Amino acid sequence: MAKTEQAATCDAEATEQVGREKLRGFLQQMQLIRRFEERAAREYASGRISGFCHLYIGQEGVAVGALGALEPRDHVITAYRDHGHALLRGCTPRAVMAELMGKVTGAARGRGGSMHMFNPEQRFHGGHGIVGGHIPLATGFAFASAYEQRGDVTLCFFGEGAMNQGAFYESLNLASLWNLPAVYVIENNQYAMGTPLSRASAISDLAMKATAFGMEGEVVDGMDVTLVNACIARAAKRAREEHRPTLIEARCYRFRGHSMSDPAKYRTKDEVDERKAHDPITLATHTLLERKWASEDEVKGWDDEAKDAAADAAEFAADSPQPSLSDLGRYVYAEPLSWRLDDAMTPHVREEG
Amino acid sequence: MKTLNLVQAVNDALAVALEAHDDVVLLGEDIGRFGGVFRATAGLRERFGEERVIDTPLSEAGIIGTAVGMALYGLKPVPEIQFSDFIYPGFDHIVNELAKYRYRSGGQFPCPVTIRTPVGGGIRGGHYHSQSPEAYFIHTPGLVVVCPSTPRDAKGLLLASIRSPDPVLFLEPKPIYRKAVGEVPEGDFEVPLGQARVVREGGDVTLIAWGAMVSLCEEAAARIAPSGVECTIIDPRTLWPLDIDTIADAVSATGRCIIVHEAPRTCGFGAELAALVQERCFLHLEAPIRRVTGWDTPFPYTLEHAYLPSVERVLDAVEATIAF
Repeated sequence: MAKTEQAATCDAEATEQVGREKLRGFLQQMQLIRRFEERAAREYASGRISGFCHLYIGQEGVAVGALGALEPRDHVITAYRDHGHALLRGCTPRAVMAELMGKVTGAARGRGGSMHMFNPEQRFHGGHGIVGGHIPLATGFAFASAYEQRGDVTLCFFGEGAMNQGAFYESLNLASLWNLPAVYVIENNQYAMGTPLSRASAISDLAMKATAFGMEGEVVDGMDVTLVNACIARAAKRAREEHRPTLIEARCYRFRGHSMSDPAKYRTKDEVDERKAHDPITLATHTLLERKWASEDEVKGWDDEAKDAAADAAEFAADSPQPSLSDLGRYVYAEPLSWRLDDAMTPHVREEG
Repeated sequence: MKTLNLVQAVNDALAVALEAHDDVVLLGEDIGRFGGVFRATAGLRERFGEERVIDTPLSEAGIIGTAVGMALYGLKPVPEIQFSDFIYPGFDHIVNELAKYRYRSGGQFPCPVTIRTPVGGGIRGGHYHSQSPEAYFIHTPGLVVVCPSTPRDAKGLLLASIRSPDPVLFLEPKPIYRKAVGEVPEGDFEVPLGQARVVREGGDVTLIAWGAMVSLCEEAAARIAPSGVECTIIDPRTLWPLDIDTIADAVSATGRCIIVHEAPRTCGFGAELAALVQERCFLHLEAPIRRVTGWDTPFPYTLEHAYLPSVERVLDAVEATIAF
């Protein structure tokens, strides 16, 4: 974290590389995710979103920088903190919010909720709720891509908590053994729910684990969207051109608790405030203003647009219908279940509709 | 038609699938160069190349999870888990990902993986090489669970499984891999999923069995027939989704039902079958439904003959049911 502790702007060299237009776009994407998540928190508090809800606030620089380095044909898969990745990969704010509320207009037609955002058109293969469970799936995409010789790359996000799962080890071993075009990104937000990295991992330099698989490993400041972008661009190029996987540790921080029910009492206010001084949105904003790549009015205008989009999404989602009871058996198999669900429609249930 | 044993029929089906579909790939431990521990994939690497018949490390979660990703991408992977006892490191990927992908993506991502794995005891394999885990997977919504009992069904059901849009657990009864021999149609041929087979028809009692237990029931039925007791035998073939109509028709006709399986009794698939049969056939039943199963113990080594259902145990159950 050395760099961000000194600078209130993004890395100069990486900023030059990213350029004016892209950085303006990155800021707008980060603003959308931030405002969307704040709105989701409000909707959760009001009871319109139930269950489990993990917000991406604070980590926006990672997904925005990383996905900004990909091509549309590339594949993306992530863990349960997936709203931001979904918004970047073509799920509309309306579809994500509707999924959070379990409505048929949602990104998974209301069947999943917070951890289940999907968009086949933009090759977004979803959020996954079993920690580390999706990592081998990414290896499978990369295998299939190599098998079909399509030249696309698979980007797989997971938290530092997932690294201690066996599936992580198996997946990266296969990817390196078979020379697969995959990029594995550890979003190291320092805490696996309430357990800090120091109490969960025998080593703190997580990219070192790449050595065990004979693949390249790299550490990047995940709060600086430009550095993330440059880092993932290098890894994607290595995957596409050299058919070699990479393991990247993006060091970041979540400003909220693990989920909506977590007050995050395991860390001090000072610690959180210190991290908030390096908010990825603040860094990008300062960089754009300092270089006169954007005006304060523009930045404010984008922020207002983001708030409006989140409000529109909430209204749309609240007005959308839930899946109907008669659809209980849909999507379990290719053909809807029939006789097995006869018992579900007893007279009292039917009356209730 | 040609005469094959069950494992040869599996090999034949895999060759047909690899020949017919470029997107079919096989992966597993020692399936390529070695040809598979039971020789189910013998010769396929030489014929179709190591890119399509892939040797993997010892990595069950990796194999199954990777296969899920391959299928989501558009391939038709057919992973082999060397023994079904080894499937548990990949259990999460089967239960939480493979089985649920279609549902939790609102129908947007089908996941057509066919996992082949040998099941069953009677080979003196002891605890780690003998179990019958079908109930875990039948209990998992989203999975199709198949278990053939003849070479013909093994080939036809495996080809249907590989072409199914749903994920399939294809359980191969290893004690009869070589013992079950029969005529198998040549070339491309399917046995539809979800259809039970009436193995034998008789008016007194219905036996329900699958895998290696089918031939055991046939032997028991042949032994008791001279005393005037005639058995119907139903092999569900696809354990889930179940062809309940064929089973209910048979039990309604005989009024008596015995379920035979290798897995432990408690919460075994026989328990679910018994519940379904009583729901559908209550007024036709002349006697309680009986189960002849493995016991609620770990799979024993030298005592496996006492653990596994035998012809004698089936005969005792038939006689007790008739006498009730």
